[in-house]
Amino acid sequence: MKHNTNAAEYLEPEPHPADSLTYDQVTRDVCAPLERVPGRGWWMAFSGALGLLTIGLISIYKLVTTGIGVWGLNNTIGWAYDITNFVFWIGIGHAGTLISAILFLFRQKWRTAINRSAEAMTIFAVMTAGLFPLLHTGRPWLAFWLFPYPNTRGSLWVNFRSPLLWDVFAVSTYFTISAVFWYIGLIPDIATVRDRARNKIRRVIYGALSMGWTGSMRNWMHYEMVYLILAGLSTPLVLSVHSIVSFDFAVSVIPGWHTTIFPPYFVAGAIFSGFAMVMTLLIIVRKVVHLEEYITVRHLENMCKIIMATGLMVGYAYASEFFIAWYSGSPYEQFTFVNRAFGPYAWAYWTMVSCNVFIPQVFWFKKMRTNLTIMFIISIFVNIGMWFERFVIIVTSLHRGFLPSEWSYFTPTIWDIGLLIGSFGIFFTLFLLFTRVLPMIAMAEIKSILPFKRKGGVEYGTHEDVV
Amino acid sequence: MSSNLNTKGVIGIFDDPETVISAAQKARKNGWRKFDVYTPFPVHGLSEAIGIPRSKIPWVTFLAGLAGGSFGFMLQAWTSAVDWPINIGGKPFVSWPAFIPVTFELTILIAGLSTAAALFVTCGLPKLNEKPMALSLTDDEFGLFVPATEVGFNRDAVTQFLKEANANEVRDVQE
Repeated sequence: MKHNTNAAEYLEPEPHPADSLTYDQVTRDVCAPLERVPGRGWWMAFSGALGLLTIGLISIYKLVTTGIGVWGLNNTIGWAYDITNFVFWIGIGHAGTLISAILFLFRQKWRTAINRSAEAMTIFAVMTAGLFPLLHTGRPWLAFWLFPYPNTRGSLWVNFRSPLLWDVFAVSTYFTISAVFWYIGLIPDIATVRDRARNKIRRVIYGALSMGWTGSMRNWMHYEMVYLILAGLSTPLVLSVHSIVSFDFAVSVIPGWHTTIFPPYFVAGAIFSGFAMVMTLLIIVRKVVHLEEYITVRHLENMCKIIMATGLMVGYAYASEFFIAWYSGSPYEQFTFVNRAFGPYAWAYWTMVSCNVFIPQVFWFKKMRTNLTIMFIISIFVNIGMWFERFVIIVTSLHRGFLPSEWSYFTPTIWDIGLLIGSFGIFFTLFLLFTRVLPMIAMAEIKSILPFKRKGGVEYGTHEDVV
Repeated sequence: MSSNLNTKGVIGIFDDPETVISAAQKARKNGWRKFDVYTPFPVHGLSEAIGIPRSKIPWVTFLAGLAGGSFGFMLQAWTSAVDWPINIGGKPFVSWPAFIPVTFELTILIAGLSTAAALFVTCGLPKLNEKPMALSLTDDEFGLFVPATEVGFNRDAVTQFLKEANANEVRDVQE
């Protein structure tokens, strides 16, 4: 049955959860974090996240009640932390879609253990990202003006030729489709949680969320088709989103922004940073909720390889930007890049290069790719490096205009920093809540890649034998 | 035929996917067409065994995508060239390359939402009042359900059939 859609049947040995697992054990293990009082580890992480969230809420309050003058922006540098954070968080989201949709289409069995949490990360990252353009408008309560709707001012329409408007469509579509894809993936698993519920409230809530899913094969057949289609739709979508985000810069005429390499360069960077964030989260979470048997070191090792590969791609992009600056013969372009590496923001540039290009090279060694502490540290470095990449692209390109009289320097205020810290609070709070209320691992998918066996675990064949 | 009026059908609970697949194949050979199998995950080979035709939802996706893309392009062209044309340096009003990103996004958006909606419609979701036939069917067991409306339904024969097909447990499902 070649058209069937569940993860790979043909690629052997890929890291996936231990073959000794049985169906009911998968259910028990995955549902366990939802059905017990959270442990100390979770509460510690959650209170930390709430602390960061509070800082973020205070910063948002200050910003909204005062105006965007509280940020360190000036006439020359009109974009800084806000758009850096926006691009950073959108990029984080991309790894989730890569894992859930692209690896699905490539039939990579191992993704089944991590796709649910990666998709959750996507959704929370895009929510966090979306906050920044809204806040940057200064009057977020008028943000609906971004959408074309018939109005009493003409109708005065939005400017469909502006990359900023393309962004509105790209990001809102991305969020919507990712959320739908995630929810559809969740329905059968929520039904499992519902059928395990011991009290009425749980049964009603999970019952409503599961939409009364029964697991009828006649439904599964449509379900698998829909899942495949949504994966197919999400794949070009995710590539389009960061391409369009890069158009915000590439379509302008600012030296350092106006380059054709931007779309693939941004997409590679997004996947790079996203995988680093998945790794940071999963190393902590698998420990806290005891899912080491599902999210194995081999999963993490695979991610290390992807991080290294995409890290080399962004390294290549950094190099080719310099090459093209020289090769183009444009003095403005050349000045911008020399200034980037040796000007006032050289510290930021070399932070970026060290974190993104040099440090991940340790993943050439298997010892490093299987050492959780090293992986965790490097994933943090990559997160830092990729934040700095966006900062470098945005601020160094702006801070030296065509006229020396407009040259300037950006220094963040406490509110810039507060919102950056707060964005992590929003993200981690949402993610930690997710680990408590929804199954973190796609149970139905894991069960479908286990070898067939009776209860009690007598193994006698796999899907291929039957089909 | 000893079935009472409020019997919905008979269900046989199986331990493992392989047995339920062969049971489904036999059931189909019996000429049954309305029976269904409830499983905790999509079991490969089962929809062929039951004889479920391929889903038609891709057509919904295709048509909705087409509609979304056309709507997206026409919205942009109409607002830019008809409803409020603004002449900027003599540039064309319908500057179509600039309209591609939004056209693309709306294609995906409408196609994706319609696909999800089509799933709900074809599966009759939400069906909140439906009681699960057995709680284990979303966990680790597989249930072959033969409804009372099945071709030539006979409670005793069906029960016998399911037992012979190695069902762990066979029982009536009440309305």
